[in-house]
Order: sequence, then C-alpha cells, then structure tokens
Amino acid sequence: MTPPDRLPGSKIPASRMNFGMSRPGGNSAGPESPEEAEKKETLAPDAKIDLAKERAETGIDDVFSALDSELVGLAPVKNRIREIAALLLVDRARAQFGLSTSRPSLHMCFTGSPGTGKTTVAMRMADLLYRLGYLRRGHLVSATRDDLVGQYVGHTAPKTKEVLKRAMGGVLFIDEAYYLYREDNERDYGQETIEILLQVMENQREDLVVILAGYKDRMDSFFVSNPGMSSRIAHHIDFPDYTLDELDDIGKLMIRAEGYQFSPEAEKTFREYLDRRMKQPRFANARSVRNAIERARLRHASRLMGAEQTVGKDELTTLLPEDFRGSRVFANSDSSADSDDPLASDDSLAD
Amino acid sequence: MHITQGTFSYLPDLTDDEIRKQIQYALDNGWPCSVEFTDDPHPRNVYWEMWGLPMFDLEDAAGVLAEVNACRKAKPEHYIRLNAYDASYGKQTTALSFIVQRPSEEPGFRLDRQEWHDRTIRYTLHPYVADQPHGERYNGHK
Ligand SMILES: Nc1ncnc2c1ncn2[C@@H]1O[C@H](COP(=O)(O)OP(=O)(O)OP(=O)(O)O)[C@@H](O)[C@H]1O
Ligand SMILES: [Mg+2]
Repeated sequence: MTPPDRLPGSKIPASRMNFGMSRPGGNSAGPESPEEAEKKETLAPDAKIDLAKERAETGIDDVFSALDSELVGLAPVKNRIREIAALLLVDRARAQFGLSTSRPSLHMCFTGSPGTGKTTVAMRMADLLYRLGYLRRGHLVSATRDDLVGQYVGHTAPKTKEVLKRAMGGVLFIDEAYYLYREDNERDYGQETIEILLQVMENQREDLVVILAGYKDRMDSFFVSNPGMSSRIAHHIDFPDYTLDELDDIGKLMIRAEGYQFSPEAEKTFREYLDRRMKQPRFANARSVRNAIERARLRHASRLMGAEQTVGKDELTTLLPEDFRGSRVFANSDSSADSDDPLASDDSLAD
Repeated sequence: MHITQGTFSYLPDLTDDEIRKQIQYALDNGWPCSVEFTDDPHPRNVYWEMWGLPMFDLEDAAGVLAEVNACRKAKPEHYIRLNAYDASYGKQTTALSFIVQRPSEEPGFRLDRQEWHDRTIRYTLHPYVADQPHGERYNGHK
C-alpha cells in the first residue's frame, strides 16, 4: 500500500516512516553510528603515533600492576598477557592509519594444576581485553558441563545458548572443559554443546572470548578428539606449579591482605608446613595456601579465646607457630603437634 | 496503515543500531528483556506471543539482539516487539516496549458501524488481516 502523506496526528512525513526498519535478511550489518565513523578517520601516511601514550590512555597499566602485585610468580603467563596486549595496541595504531587488520582470535586455553591461578587470571584477562577495546563489557561468566549440557533431547541447545547470551560482551570461562566430551558415548549431549561453541567461536568473535581451563594432560586428549576446538584456540597458556618460595610469598601476600602477620618463628613454621604439604596428596597450590591460612586463623582465634587474657592489636594480628603446628600436616612426625586439637583430627581436611 | 505503539511510537522506526543501544540502555538499568510477536495488529490486543522466556542476567545487547534476529527469521511477516521489565517496583512493570519488526504490508483497519437501539451507532475498528485465520495473515506467512 502507499502510505498517506502524513499519518493523522503525526508530524513525521510518511516518507520517513519506513526509514531504517530492518527487513529480515537486509540491513544485517547495520549502518555505522556517526561516532564510530568519526573515530575511523585515517591518519596521514607520515603521521606518528605515541604508543606509550596510547597505552597509558587505555588504563591497562593498572591491570598489569594489579597482576604483578596480586599474583606471585607466573612469569610465562604474565609475559603472554603482555604480548597479547602489545598486539592489540599495535592493531589499534594500525587501524588509525587505515591499515586493515583482521580481528585477532583470542580464544584461549589455560592448563595447569588446581589452584594455580587460572580463574583469577581469566578475570584479569577479561578486564584487560575490555580496556583495550576488544570486549564491549569485560565481565566473566564461569560455566562447567552442568551449566551447558542438558539432560534430554532438545535441552542442550537452549541451555548452551542461554549461557552464551549471558557471556556476550565478555569472557566465557569453561572450567574442566574436557567433561564436555565423553569418549565412551558418541551420542552424549556434550557434543551438541561443543558444536554450538565452535560455531560461536568462529562467527561471533567480536561478541565474546572463550577460555577453556583444566588439567594439561586431559585438555590435550580433549583436543586430540576435538581438532575443531583446538584449531580455534589461538593461545594455549600453561600455568606452572608454584615453587616453595613462590608459595611462601603467596602466603605472605594473603596474610597481609587479611590484616595478619607472622611472628618470626611462625614464618619458619609456615615454610616448613608448605614444604610438607606440597608432598602430600590433594595439594592444590595457592588454594592450599589459602586454606592453611584460614585454618590457622581458626586456631589463632580459639587460642585467644582460651587464654582468658586481655588482648591488644599485636595479639589479634600475630600468627604463632602453634597456629600451624596443630595441622594434620605435622601429625605423626612431629612431637609438638597437639593431638587434642580438634582441627588436627578432622580427616576430611587435608590442610 | 503504519501501526505505532509503545515507547517510541512517535518516532520513525528504529534502526538495528538504535535498537541495540536501547537494549543496552535497558540492560545497564538492570531491566531484563523479552521478545514477543503477533499477527493480530489490533491496538487492544495486549497478549502477544512470547518468543522464549524473558532473558535474565545479560550484560550485553548482543544476546538479546540474537533473539530478535532469530524471531525475525522465524516470523518474517509478523509484528515483533521488544519489552524491558523493571523489577524494582516489586511487580512486573514494563519499562520499555517498542516495535522492532513489522510486516512488509500493513493493509490497515476497516471502520465498522453497528446499528443500535434508538438510532445509536456503535463504531469499531476491524483489522483487514483478521479475516484470515492465524498463520495465513500477511502474505500467508506462518
Ligand atoms: N600467583 C598467585 N599469587 C597469589 N595468589 C594466588 C596466585 N595464584 C592463585 N592465587 C590464589 O589462589 C586461589 C586459587 O586460585 P584460582 O581459583 O585462580 O585457581 P585455579 O587455577 O582456577 O584452580 P582450579 O583449577 O582448582 O579451579 C585464589 O584465592 C587466588 O587468589
Ligand atoms: Mg578455577
């Protein structure tokens, strides 16, 4: 039909009425907004860009200083993050000269033992990519098999898409990604999730970054059975186990953050604790350190309550050797272990 | 006849980019969005059909826009609208609602007159498309 020149009561000429209405199939790319068009004004070929200034403007140095001050060790990981940041900064500079740069693929895989900082680094990565303008929002949505894979036919796709929608604009972090694939059952619904992920990772790179995480060996065999996934992941980053010195530093960082301190002897006891704990089963790197400190705080509190004395700031903040000696880690081999300590006899607690 | 309703009824139809910005505005306010469609264009028809459930906990407009586009693909000749709900009032409150697709042709409405007692005339609007059953309106598109 031909619309009347002006609709009753409307100030808008009918000729504008169909302006911009997106028809199915058409207009999918959408016109660029004026701001975006302005930003893309190209520089003269002989112009110069101050990369250091560009870098300062993004605020990524805050992310790096947080990485350095909050995360002990992890040198290879931090290096790789710096490389990625440099690549994105240079890409931005190139774009200002109108040099075409395809959007780099930044899907990643973090491998390493439990408690080596994978989740923590993934959150920092989301923030970094946001500041560099690679992600629109910079949040992190964490998911495991249970969040993605359904229980019956037709359940999986909506479930996976639901999580993907929440992750849009940020990072989708899939912990223990190898559980998505069951070798023994080729009709497992996990396969459907993998296929949807593959599609999104390829076609919606501007919408989200996928980070898979898990143990190295199991991740490797997951990639062997899912070559499509492997080829879509640009960065494989391995998180090494922490050395004793690093664990020691992590512990010191953690107690300082919690407003505690070691007595000089406790410092030695703590190191001894770590040395023993490392060799025991179910050792989870930095997470074990955190757990040890949590338990020491419990013993510290019971000790103060039992002492029936007045306490000052010093007593409230200082951890003593006995706060660690009570642990099961010191049991059997150390006569000073207090076998009456209720925390020491709890078998379910390895730390 | 170009049907308008909802928040931006006085404006020309929004472009995809404008739609994305409105969705982002809603999400930034913490309003979940939902997509609905209908082929019954009567202005008093408030019950449009839901395209999936309202979407909660989304950060970025891309997720909502993907559902809008999926609905457009499945219902190319229906009216589609986007709603955003503000839960802060403790009850379901529509904060935003606007049309994001309309059929390629909108034949409009017929004015019906009904003779009533004492020579009274009652008037009503009848959408031409309503003469066709659901699913066969607007060029027979489902
Ligand atoms: N290098 C580090 N320096 C300081 N703290 C750390 C470091 N690495 C990890 N942590 C701390 O250890 C805890 C566990 O880290 P995180 O959850 O990131 O490990 P993970 O690798 O994701 O473990 P999992 O594989 O079990 O999920 C967190 O509380 C984190 O703050
Ligand atoms: Mg983790």
